[in-house]
Parts: sequence; C-alpha cells; structure tokens
Amino acid sequence: MFVQQDPNLIQLNSAGQLKHFLTTEGLSREMLTEILDTADSFVDMNAQQVKKVPLLRGKTVVNLFFEASTRTASTFELAAKRLSADVLNLNIKTSSTSKGETLKDTLMTMEAMHSDMFVVRHSDSGAAHYIARDVTPHVAVINAGDGRHAHPTQAMLDMLTIRQHKGAFEPLTVAIVGDILHSRVARSQIHALRTLGATEIRVIAPTTLLPRHIEALGVTVFTDMQQGLKDVDVVMMLRLQKERMQSALLPSESEFYSRYGLTEEKLKLTHPDSIVMHPGPINRGVEIETSVADGPKSMILKQVTNGIAVRMAVMSMAMGGQITEQQAARESE
Amino acid sequence: MTLNIAIKNGRVIDPANNLDLLTDLYISDGKIAALGQAPDGFVADQNIDACNLIVSPGLIDLCANLREPGYSRKGTIASETAAAAAGGITTLCMPPLTKPIADTTAVIDLIEDLAKQAGNARVLPMGALTQALKGEQLSPMYGLSQSGCIGFTNARQPIHSSLTLVRCLEYAATHDLLVIFQPMDADLAAGGTMHDDITCTRLGLSGIPESAETIEVARCLLLVEQTGVKAHFGQLSCERSVKMVTDARHRGLRVTADIAIQNLLLTDENVNGFDPNFHLIPPLRSQLDRAGLRHALVSDGFQAICSDHQPHELAAKQAPFAATEPGMTGLETLLSLSLMLVQQELISLPQMLAKLTSGPASVLNIDLGTLTPGSSADICIFDPQQEWMLTDENRRSAGANTPFMNFPLKGVVRYTLLNGALVFQQ
Repeated sequence: MFVQQDPNLIQLNSAGQLKHFLTTEGLSREMLTEILDTADSFVDMNAQQVKKVPLLRGKTVVNLFFEASTRTASTFELAAKRLSADVLNLNIKTSSTSKGETLKDTLMTMEAMHSDMFVVRHSDSGAAHYIARDVTPHVAVINAGDGRHAHPTQAMLDMLTIRQHKGAFEPLTVAIVGDILHSRVARSQIHALRTLGATEIRVIAPTTLLPRHIEALGVTVFTDMQQGLKDVDVVMMLRLQKERMQSALLPSESEFYSRYGLTEEKLKLTHPDSIVMHPGPINRGVEIETSVADGPKSMILKQVTNGIAVRMAVMSMAMGGQITEQQAARESE
Repeated sequence: MTLNIAIKNGRVIDPANNLDLLTDLYISDGKIAALGQAPDGFVADQNIDACNLIVSPGLIDLCANLREPGYSRKGTIASETAAAAAGGITTLCMPPLTKPIADTTAVIDLIEDLAKQAGNARVLPMGALTQALKGEQLSPMYGLSQSGCIGFTNARQPIHSSLTLVRCLEYAATHDLLVIFQPMDADLAAGGTMHDDITCTRLGLSGIPESAETIEVARCLLLVEQTGVKAHFGQLSCERSVKMVTDARHRGLRVTADIAIQNLLLTDENVNGFDPNFHLIPPLRSQLDRAGLRHALVSDGFQAICSDHQPHELAAKQAPFAATEPGMTGLETLLSLSLMLVQQELISLPQMLAKLTSGPASVLNIDLGTLTPGSSADICIFDPQQEWMLTDENRRSAGANTPFMNFPLKGVVRYTLLNGALVFQQ
C-alpha cells in the first residue's frame, strides 16, 4: 500500500556518496570497499610520527553519547582530532529522553551552534535514523551504536581487520558467537559480511539469545558451538552483558562459558589459520578464555587500532558527501 | 428544535434490515419516520439531495480514545467528536484510559457532560473493570453502568491474578454487564514495540510475540466459559486469536470481537524505516496474520471494524521509534480505509457497512446502527467514489499521527446526522 523507499538510502547524497553513516545495511559493496580502502590509508598515516591531516579543519564534530562508552567515544574523539576537527564531547547519560530535554531539543541546540557532524550513541534502535531523517538532515550523522540495531563503525573496523589478515572475503566462513539478540554489532557485521561476499556466516548462541528468524538475514544458526566452529576462518565473539543472567535468559556465567565460551580446546575445531575477534570490553572467563584473548590468533588490540582509521574514513567521507550535497543545493537555488 | 428532513434519491443501505435500495428517507422528531413514502402530513423543512450518494446508518466505532479528561494536549472530547462527525461516526465507545481513570461515576458524568456540550457524537464510555486499572479491586460496575457505562474493560493493563479476573467476570455476569478484553499478556509484551518477526529482528527492536495476545485470549475465554459472562474482544491482531473467539462462539459462548482497520490493511513490514506512525499497540502483524484477519472478515469471524483512535500531540511521535507513544488517529479515515476492503473486492459495500453499523450495535446490544423507522436518526451520507486526502489543514482531530496523512483516499462524508440534526456537512 505504501511505496517504501529503502530507508537506508538517506545515508547517500544525490551523487551516491556517503553523507551520513547509519548502518552497513543497504550500502553497496563498492561503498563498503571504499570505506575500507580509505581506512587503510589512514592506518599507514596513524603509524607515522605526525598523525594529523587537515581534512576536517575548521569543522566542528560533536560526540553525543547518550549511553556510556569508553573505547568507541575515545576512538571517535581521536579520529576527529587526527582529521583536525574541533571536537566537543557530551556524555548525556540518561536512560530515556523523557527525563528533561528531549533528544530532538538537544540535537537542535547543537545544530544551532553550527556543528558540522554528530557522532551519536543512543539506547534506542533507530535513533540515528531519526536524527538524520527528521531532526538535523544537514548535519552529517555518524551512528556510534543505536539500541540493538546497528553499530556500523564497529562492523567496518572488523571488516578491515579481516581483510588485512585474510585478503578476500569470498572464501571465508565466519562465526559470530554469543548474545546475538541484544547485539547491534552482530547485525551490522552480518550485513557487511554478506555484502562483501563471505561464503558462510554462522551465528552461534542458545535460543534465548537469538532474535526471531535471524536466518532471514542470511546466516546459518548453530546452537552447538562445537559444530558451529568447525573449520571457520574467523571467530567473532560478542560481549555478554552481566545483567542477562538476571533476566532468565541464561542460568549462570559458568554454564554459558562451558557451552559458548571460546576456549583453547574449542578453538582447535576452527581452521588452523583462523583469527579471533572481540569488540570489547571482554569478560575473561565468561566469553573467552584468557589465553585465547591474549593468544596469537587474537586480533582484539588490532581491532582497536583499526577503529581509529575506520572512523577517520567514514567521518571524512560523510563530511565530503554533506558538503557536496549542500553545494549542489545552493547552486540549484 | 429538530427539523423534518427528507433525504432524496440516495442509495439507502441498512445492513440490519438487509436493505439496499434507491429510495427516500424521512426524518422527523430526531427519528427515522419512514422509507420510500413520506408519512402522512410530512412537510420537509430541509431536503438533502443524496443522488449518487450512499445513505447509511451513522457509524459506530467500538474503540476511540478521546483523551479527555486528563490528556487534552492530545485531544479533547470536542475536537475528537468533531473528527468523528466528519468521519460519519455517530456513536463511539471510549476506553477508560483517562486521567483520572474512568472508575467513578464522577468521571463518567464528566465525560457525558462534555460530550453533550460538544454535541457532535454519542459517546459511550467504558468503565474500568478494576479500580484505577490496577487489576486488584473490582470497580463499582453496577453504579457505573447506571451512569451510562456501556461495558467494562481493564484496557491493556494486566490483571495478573486469575482469581481476581474470575471475580471481575462473576460480578459482571451477576448484573449482566458486558466485559471488553483488549488482550495482552504484560510480561510477554514487556518493552515490545512491534510484531516479533523478521522486520523486528532487522531493526533491532523489542518484539511483541503473537503469544502475548493468544495466551491472554485463551485465559479469558476459559474464564468466560466458567463464569458465563458476556464478553467482547477488542482489536485482535492475530489470526489465531480470532479463530479461538470464533470457536468459542460456535460452542455457544456469548463472545464477539472487533479488528482495528489498520490491522486489516497493513503489516509489520511497514515499520521498516522506523516511522513512528506505524508504532501501534496491538502491533501490525505478519502477512499471514493479516490474511487470516481478512479471511475472518469474509467468513464473518468478527462483528465489527474499529478505528482504535489514539490521537497524540506532535512531540509524542518526535523521538526514536521505541521512545514514541503508540497509536494512530483514525476517526476521520475509518470509513475511507474500510472502503478499501470493498475496492479490493474482499467484501461488498453492504457487508462492509454492517461491520461499522449493525455489527458493533449487536456487540453492544443497543438500538442503533440501523435505519428502521422509529430508531434514532443517526445517518451518514457519503460519496464512495470521491477522492480526498487528510491534511494538516482539513483535519479535525487534534492528532496528526497517522501514516494516512496526505495519502490519496476514496470516500467522502457529505452529511452526518445525529438524532436528526446535521452535525457535519461539506
């Protein structure tokens, strides 16, 4: 009845360039590859003595974290600073917008200060879409995590890490393990891996931590970790929030660890050249054995390093796309 | 003063009497005086030319939140009954979700006074089944019914204790009062904002599974059977729920059901894109559920279509999807949206009008929703083919929260009469 445009198209300007970065879903393989290529160039630069480029000089980036974060917030801040932007960090730790000022008012206030980019983390799924579509469409919006929906920069830094170690995505079998139900990271990883052409994407979790019909996203579901890990090239672990134990989703941490924790023993089932990833912060002895987290297959710190490069890439690309769009709009007036 | 009105040359459809005829209708003293031939000595003060128009009994909406008292930022009885009149609705049932909650005769009297002052539509308040809808103490149902409550509901507030629920039903049965369920298991639905399925998984929203509704329908039906109370199930969204109620009716239980029009037209896939106008509770369900509901429409599995009208102020929908308030405004689009079911050749026009007139009247066991001579002259005269759009400029409801805003619709109400008086015309 309603002719619906792909809602993820609002990420692109009329020339097809990125102007917001809200989700990995609906972006083309070329676009994801461009993000990875751009990030690669920043990886090299970040290893230099002078770690700064003037791409965002004179631009104001506001980090709006409505939900607590350490590594995502700090890597976004570093990324913006290495692009020479002026950065304002706001930690607005309210559980809901009903307390005091609404999300809309906060954003419009920031827009009135002539901000050029918002990096937003919010506990509500769809918050970044809402801001980009309804509140401040002319400010580039970067989604730093919205509810259970998407965490696209995390997914892209994971893709970058995989590409650095595996080269191509096509031959890969990737397993995502743990709390899929509550995970925005898993959803963004799944969309990115599919678009980039991974052979098989597996999710491994007990049924209580699997969203309904997750297979419709193009994944194979395993509830048995031993079967699920067989011959995989990449193991992507997810963080398990402690409060899940209280909500009758799981009996105990120790039982979860015995069934779904990544141990040296289980890791032997994977491909000999497999790598292990985790978005952090890790719960040692709950999701992952310490020796695995610190072992040779672990990419956990590499992921953090890549996080800065990927965030620099999407920030510079989205700012470019916004500027192009606004110039085009001015010229047509 | 009421006028003598002659409605000439219309296609008169009165589902209660199986009537579908090109004829004239005469109104006198606020009542239907005659069909076809004018009564002896009838002199029309006003003639309405209904050529090419449908003349139907005024529509009856079994669920419309008018927001007053307590939430006048969302709508008032005056604004929302004006919207009803513009939508051809002459009678509407209002859930007890006011502030204070409609569990005392004082609140019921206030609602009735305000409705009378506005004079746009007949408002039939539902009383709270339990005090403050807390699911603990019985409300004074008998006294409330004497004040005019048409039935009793706990809305979607839980009655956790089945023992308390049994007592509510027994007490209602004692006085032969109608109990209305809007079934939803509070635990299974907790935190949920949409139907729990593929779209929900993709969007990362919290889901409301079908079982949140079907389990509560099953529990209520078993207790209806035990107590013998007369019960109605409002705004069912799942195919399975309707089947259970239909089966129970076939077993001899006094149970009826209605479906909100949006659940007959839309599905959960419409939520794709996080548009808060599709944030509804009960949620839009799967294509299979919608197909099941539409099949039940054809096979007479439920008695009425309602709007489940829930107007909101703008700010209530200006937030990320899950943080917005659920519900859509629907009085002004109920007829046009129901006409889509006819345009889609699912049912005939008289069958559709039955779900908006005689059907809901039978649920409430009231003498309305018909053009039988002697009954109240509540009439809706509309052009089923004329196109229109609901816009910010022409809307009467205080709420603009509907996905059908600025959407091409067919079916324009030309005249609405309540007790023989014109309450709307265009």
